[in-house]
Amino acid sequence: MRKFFAIAAAAVALALGGAGTASAEQVKVGFSPEAYPPFYVQDASGQWTGWEVDITKAICAEAKLDCVLTPIPWDGLIPSLNTKKIDAIMNSMSITAEREKEIDFSDKYYNTPTAVIGPKGETFDATPESLKGKIIGVQVSTVHAAYAKKHFTDAAEIKEYQTQDEANQDLVAGRIDATQADSIALDAFLKSDAGKECCDLKGYVAPDLEVLGPGVGAGVRKGDTELKDKINAAIKAIRDNGKYAEITKKYFDFDIYGDDVQSN
Amino acid sequence: MAVMSDAAVPRPRLQAWLKPHRIGLIVLALAIVLAAVFLMRWDWLPKYLPLALQGLWRTIWLLVLSVAFGLALAIPLGFAQAAGPVWLAVPARAFCTVIRGTPLLLQLWLLYYGLGSLFPQFPWIRESFLWPYLRQAWPYGLLSLTLSYAGYEGEVMRGAFAGVARGQLEAARAYGMPRFTAFRRIWLPQALHRALPTLAGETVLQLKATPLVATITMVDIYAVASRVRQDLFVTYEPLLLLALVYMIITGILIYLFRMLEARIPQRLG
Amino acid sequence: MDALLTLAASGIGDLLAFDPPGWGSRLLTGLIASVEIAVGAFGLGLLIGVGGAYGKLYGGPVARDLLEVYTTVVRAVPELVLILLLYFAGTDLVNRLLAVLGYQAVDINGLIAGIGVLGVVQGAYSTEVLRGAILAVPQGQIEAARAYGMSPGTMLRRITLPAMLPFAIPGLANLWLIATKDTALLAVVGFDELTQTTRTAAGATKAYFTFFFAAGILYLALTLASTLVLSRIERWARRGVPSLAGST
Repeated sequence: MRKFFAIAAAAVALALGGAGTASAEQVKVGFSPEAYPPFYVQDASGQWTGWEVDITKAICAEAKLDCVLTPIPWDGLIPSLNTKKIDAIMNSMSITAEREKEIDFSDKYYNTPTAVIGPKGETFDATPESLKGKIIGVQVSTVHAAYAKKHFTDAAEIKEYQTQDEANQDLVAGRIDATQADSIALDAFLKSDAGKECCDLKGYVAPDLEVLGPGVGAGVRKGDTELKDKINAAIKAIRDNGKYAEITKKYFDFDIYGDDVQSN
Repeated sequence: MAVMSDAAVPRPRLQAWLKPHRIGLIVLALAIVLAAVFLMRWDWLPKYLPLALQGLWRTIWLLVLSVAFGLALAIPLGFAQAAGPVWLAVPARAFCTVIRGTPLLLQLWLLYYGLGSLFPQFPWIRESFLWPYLRQAWPYGLLSLTLSYAGYEGEVMRGAFAGVARGQLEAARAYGMPRFTAFRRIWLPQALHRALPTLAGETVLQLKATPLVATITMVDIYAVASRVRQDLFVTYEPLLLLALVYMIITGILIYLFRMLEARIPQRLG
Repeated sequence: MDALLTLAASGIGDLLAFDPPGWGSRLLTGLIASVEIAVGAFGLGLLIGVGGAYGKLYGGPVARDLLEVYTTVVRAVPELVLILLLYFAGTDLVNRLLAVLGYQAVDINGLIAGIGVLGVVQGAYSTEVLRGAILAVPQGQIEAARAYGMSPGTMLRRITLPAMLPFAIPGLANLWLIATKDTALLAVVGFDELTQTTRTAAGATKAYFTFFFAAGILYLALTLASTLVLSRIERWARRGVPSLAGST
């Protein structure tokens, strides 16, 4: 019987042992643990790499923050930020009016157009008329999902996926006719083995600043201006000192920052 | 489940149930509910109500169909294990072991994404008459839930078939009953009767498994609650309401099964 | 078909190789994480269960009713919903409570949250299993212990727990198997256990079928190994109990 208690006690000790107190200067940066090339990719050793990982590290180094990448599922990022599970979000999250009701954003650190891709051999483009009767896959809780629901809902059926990767997968499987997402993320997919064989670019969607927003920024808790200012200064600094360009060159052959207009 | 059963009893027992401390607890619970109603955010409710009703309907038919098909599969699975020849008993046993030994979520993903990833290698699939169904998510959800229910209930049916007294079967044979008639008239009814008490529990477990289909793009009641969370970033309210909805469905299920059990006479020796 | 066969021959071995770029070691890490959570959740559930069963049997009327509400709610609401509720709200509440008490906020990592959440779910089922087992202990044994003037603590440790064990083990064994499978649900909140690792690996390599299949085999191996050990424990716990007590 004593053994029984010892085991139960050990289990609880094991459970509690991992709970350390958070140190003050640590900044937990939330990201969703899913393949989102070329921004977030995990290799077989468990390391996360990609453009956004590098940029996040550069921003943290510039702002002298001790950043810890913390995996949180995509749809839990904003709730987790508000319940202080994480302190910032750097996960290709577009700055939108809807999200700004909940959290604050830094200045944008990239902005790229939104594209629609579909199977090779079918001709359509990214307009409601052309997508009539099609099934469009989008990732839940993204600007692309919001855009598709606003502009394509009457013409097409919208299917929502937990990750963009699963939407791509179902495009390959033929379960959906098209998927709408960030053009760079889709470009990376079209260059992959699976994407090369099945699909090509159908077009870019018409702009809608209200839904798509001015670009991607780092999310911080409302009122956390200290962290926000630090991140803004760091973004500006790495833009100026060439670090941004250096990282971008490793992944892209053009500047993904977009227009030089300040967003906020 | 006793709380729910108590709610359904007539007045004399209700008075016995309503002790002073329970009145206090009920007042406390009402206060919490009222606080939730007035202090939390519910303005999204009217807008999402039509979608929620659709989701609820999808959850319910998914539950009813998967339980019905699963039970229909469980009977041969259980019978094969209890009395079938080895070449039937072994695969049936293996099936139940695999279903019961792996998480349903993984089975669902293997069926949906795993099979889906193989489609491009077989272009003829897209020409086949099944393609309109293979494209959608619900056949995978229904199949996966059905197989799961069959696996768990098949194990129950095995025990139920094995538990029917041999003497009765021998008596049936002595009366010259054909084997199938003996199965239909003697063996199956008694086995089902023995398995009946487990059905309510298994069906509630099945209900609790249905939200997993939201991960393969099916819009059930759980997915609607997730959508509210994702669209408006309201976290707790839709989840709390969802928990309440599932509790109500569970309560109804238990009530229905109790009615069913009460209708079937206890005449087992 | 040829393409598939060659793919099967060359690809799967490489994908599941132990060293990167194979994903074998990652899958094993995921499996270990799953086992850790299952052990933690089962242990926590057992503690809650012992307390819950005692509360239900010997507690005051309020404690009994509250425990009834707890077990009813947990057994009626899908684990997935409870996990999301407890995962988001639970850590929030813990930290608010700590703030009220004047402590620093703790960083509740995924492992703790996962164990906590599944432990609460397991606790409800454990409560029922243990309550049934305690009720199955012959009343005379407890009366005898009381007559000898044993304190309630000693009685629990020396009489009730050992005597109820043979009745509790089959139910608890079943709960352990449920715990190992329920860890997969934590994939939905992004915890890096076996199912989530498999999903990542499948997404990165596009070999969805291979990886989900491989993970299925790992879970099955865990279940079968557990069943083997559990049946031994059951036999051990039942030694000295007259055979009519067993139902198998």
